[in-house]
Amino acid sequence: MGIIEKVSGPIVIANKMLGAKMYDVVKVGDSKLVGEIIQLHEDKAIIQVYEDTAGIRPGEGVSTTALPLSVSLGPGLIANIYDGIQRPLEEIEKESGAYISKGISLNSLDQKKKWDFVANKDLKQNAEVDEGTILGYVQETEIIKHYIMVPPGIHGKISGLKSGRHTIKDAIAVINDGGRKTEVRMMQTRAVRKAGKYKNKIMVDEPLVTGQRVVDTFFPIAKGGTAAVPGAFGTGKTVIQHQLAKWSDAQIIIYIGCGERGNEMTEVLTEFPELKDPKTGKPLMERTILIANTSNMPVAAREASVYTGITIAEYFRDMGYDVAVMADSTSRWAEAMREVSARLEEMPGEEGYPAYLPKRLAEFYERGGKVETINGKQGSITIIGAVSPPGGDISEPVSQGTLRITKTFWALDAALASSRHFPSINWLSSYSLYEGNLKNWYIKNIGREFIENRDEAMRILQREAELKNIVQLVGADALPDPERIILEIGRMIRENFLFQSAYDDIDTFSSLSKQHMMLDLILHFNMLAESAVKEVSAEKIVQLEAKKEISKMREIREKDFAAFAENAKKSIENGFSDLLKANQ
Amino acid sequence: MNFNIEYNTLKSIAGPLIVVDRIGNAAYNEIVRIRLQNNETILGQVIETTSKFAIVQVFGQTTGIDISNTSVTFTGETFNMPVSEDMLGRVFNGQAQPIDYKAGIIYETKQDINGLALNPVSRVMPNDFIQTGISTIDGLMTLVRGQKLPIFSSSGLQHNQLTAQIIRQAKTRKSNENFAIVFAGIGITHDDAIYFINEFKETGAINRTVSFINFADDPSIERILTPRIALTTAEFLAFEKNMHVLVILNDMTNYAESLRELSSAKNEVPGRRGYPGYTYTDLASLFERAGIIKGKNASITQLDVVTMPGDDITHPIPDLTGYITEGQIFLSRDLANKGIYPPVNPLGSLSRLMNQGIGSGKTREDHRGIADQLYSAYAKAQEAKNLSSIVGMDALSDMDRLYLKFGESFENKFIGQRHDENRDIEQTLDIGWDLISEFPEQELSRIKSEFVQKYYKQKKQIAGAAQA
Repeated sequence: MGIIEKVSGPIVIANKMLGAKMYDVVKVGDSKLVGEIIQLHEDKAIIQVYEDTAGIRPGEGVSTTALPLSVSLGPGLIANIYDGIQRPLEEIEKESGAYISKGISLNSLDQKKKWDFVANKDLKQNAEVDEGTILGYVQETEIIKHYIMVPPGIHGKISGLKSGRHTIKDAIAVINDGGRKTEVRMMQTRAVRKAGKYKNKIMVDEPLVTGQRVVDTFFPIAKGGTAAVPGAFGTGKTVIQHQLAKWSDAQIIIYIGCGERGNEMTEVLTEFPELKDPKTGKPLMERTILIANTSNMPVAAREASVYTGITIAEYFRDMGYDVAVMADSTSRWAEAMREVSARLEEMPGEEGYPAYLPKRLAEFYERGGKVETINGKQGSITIIGAVSPPGGDISEPVSQGTLRITKTFWALDAALASSRHFPSINWLSSYSLYEGNLKNWYIKNIGREFIENRDEAMRILQREAELKNIVQLVGADALPDPERIILEIGRMIRENFLFQSAYDDIDTFSSLSKQHMMLDLILHFNMLAESAVKEVSAEKIVQLEAKKEISKMREIREKDFAAFAENAKKSIENGFSDLLKANQ
Repeated sequence: MNFNIEYNTLKSIAGPLIVVDRIGNAAYNEIVRIRLQNNETILGQVIETTSKFAIVQVFGQTTGIDISNTSVTFTGETFNMPVSEDMLGRVFNGQAQPIDYKAGIIYETKQDINGLALNPVSRVMPNDFIQTGISTIDGLMTLVRGQKLPIFSSSGLQHNQLTAQIIRQAKTRKSNENFAIVFAGIGITHDDAIYFINEFKETGAINRTVSFINFADDPSIERILTPRIALTTAEFLAFEKNMHVLVILNDMTNYAESLRELSSAKNEVPGRRGYPGYTYTDLASLFERAGIIKGKNASITQLDVVTMPGDDITHPIPDLTGYITEGQIFLSRDLANKGIYPPVNPLGSLSRLMNQGIGSGKTREDHRGIADQLYSAYAKAQEAKNLSSIVGMDALSDMDRLYLKFGESFENKFIGQRHDENRDIEQTLDIGWDLISEFPEQELSRIKSEFVQKYYKQKKQIAGAAQA
């Protein structure tokens, strides 16, 4: 039991703390605020407190729990919403009403609810088990089988494992390690600041299909990959993160709202239960876990929220799932680090951020990846981190630190956003280093033309940008006709393919095959236009009535699209042949 | 610790900070009363506490404080302010003391001015359309109840007139609801304060308004309190008294400057342009106090003013604000110089909650599409304008010229309106269709074809009929 000596914002210094360990969780003051030891000097402990310290006095006590900051893992996680240190916000509401009061201590998981546990039949009495061995499963939601694994650090011979209705605190088996017996429960805890174990990292080879055309076609991210989304305010970072959380084909989604708006979390909470997964037809909430530490919630808990999220992700990865983590925004996480660092009077690095910022960023993103799990399954964690650079200038430390580690870069462009071109991912400055890894997958599953079309479309877009520079100087009239066709096709790709409305029921998601057919149609038009322009003027081609088919594409439903594309192709072909006939 | 003891143990005074020695254990953020030699009392707050001394930030001038004749009492409380429904119709200073020479107020309860974080689970997604009667706002950056939507302005632009016009005209489509206005002047001039108070009086809104004024010549540290006091009052009126409260914090840039002043007095490591590293968190703790709570027929909507120093939207204050608020109404000097009022430039403006408040049943089915099309057409008009200034009008294509023409009529007919012109949403959208129908139909790629069929053709028919 220590005594508080000093309070300054979220930092508390306590004396008489001999025996306490680094990163132990402590209860601070009479109101028992949750804190974590971040420095030790002789008997003095420096504690970062996860709740508002107003009202705390020197002289009040500090007690240690002797445990590191951990999360509780087990059935009941899915569809839950937690704060940065995994306190369940719905339970907090029941306890303290609409406002979050201080010193609340609640179980992260429902300890009374009984689940139907189905034991793993392959495990015979006295079979050897190791950490991560799958003991059985609980059908947590219609789409998620929640596998129960041997908790970290435990191995031995198992006995008494059988199916039945249990709470997460009931013993479901006993593991005997040379006489040392441990009861195993469905719930386990894991420390959040240490990366979970795995056997091997595996090369990524499969895309995370997001239904967003500019992402899937041009700048794909792999399952197990990392992406950075930096952008000034108003460029649509959050909408992109929401879109990916909604439509990407990961099996588990962990959405970390880190220091962002309260209403955005409310939006997710209201929308997701209504939305259906395009593949399974089940509510999207049945695969989603939310971590919400909004901007007005205590800053130290914001620092922890990212670790809480990634640790839950590792748990599901170990079950063999493809998990996607959206962190919005990592800049707020870095700022929380900066604030704590400043209170500790550490020597500031670039822009006041602590010198260990790049290391922390790297450690976080490295917890992603595709792995062979400790129990021999394959699982992946994809991390998509939003970055909020001050003034939209990505030369700042958080953006730069992130870009050095992540392999996909979606550059959000303020100029595109202000002309309401969404998603405002700039096609000239963004990149994906996964193109090579994913090439074979695309060829096998969609076809070689998909890759060819993409490269062709990218060439047109780049050529269009060059031509636009020239037009800026001499005007469009000065361009020869073939180049005016390039401008027109570039415009088509931008407005009818890259532009995608998140708010339109149909346009919000495009399957890969629809994306392929859409681009194919535009390029078919391009091919016909290229040959036609030898005989007729660009002006006439640009005014072709059949062009309307292309601007209609976004509104056509998935199931009708193949038929539509067929007809559209014909009417475009007819349009061109009529044009050429009239010319003769 | 004994709360009645007066400590005479001042150790040092520097700017707005005093250090009180040998006091035992003061609570973090505890409020203290500082009694000067002339018996005047000012308030302060503990911002660092140790077992030996406390650092206190003084809400007022430290002029007149001396080391030996000043005494300090610790209250044992964090900053609680008394609140009451009787505050409606009254004017207070930035520390919530009445300054209108009227009868005393019987307070109902006390509330902590820092408030507590609202649980995201307890929030309700704002979705009630507020009609401000201003086309650019209603049409392109729709305000909804429970939103925080600041006005990004610059010195010399008419943000006060615009704010006053919005206060005058704003209404929802529901009737018979209890509303109130909480106005916080933060470092505003006496002229501006008088302008607003007169405006409230003339429109009769004064009886539904609580005003807190921290004048430009009031102690700048007091500005740290003023928005918190205003928001605490708003929360009381909304969530205890079931009112729909519109809060105006004017001007948040002055607030941020006080925050910087205080930070430098505390010798903190400065961040961008000297503002402390926690500016984002601090501003968020104010802006996030807008919203709607489950199960209550009440809301807090914030329409704050942020002036951009040097017209620079990347200046830390508008920049951080934009990251927290749900959009912004951007005033542009270019439009103002052309004589267009209100000089709202859609291209820098945004309402993130717009989608929740528009569409059939709320405004009109075609709202999203026409708004997107107007945005994109105006952006193209700007490109065409830039182009024409380099290559001249003659080198423009026909389509570019069409856009150029659109840009002008858009600025004059859609953006521009009179100070007393209150357009309803149908009018606003119809003006939009009027302007957009100058383009050929294929050009309208942002609007669903069914709405183009319905509204575009309609316009053409009317035009056709008029000619016939």
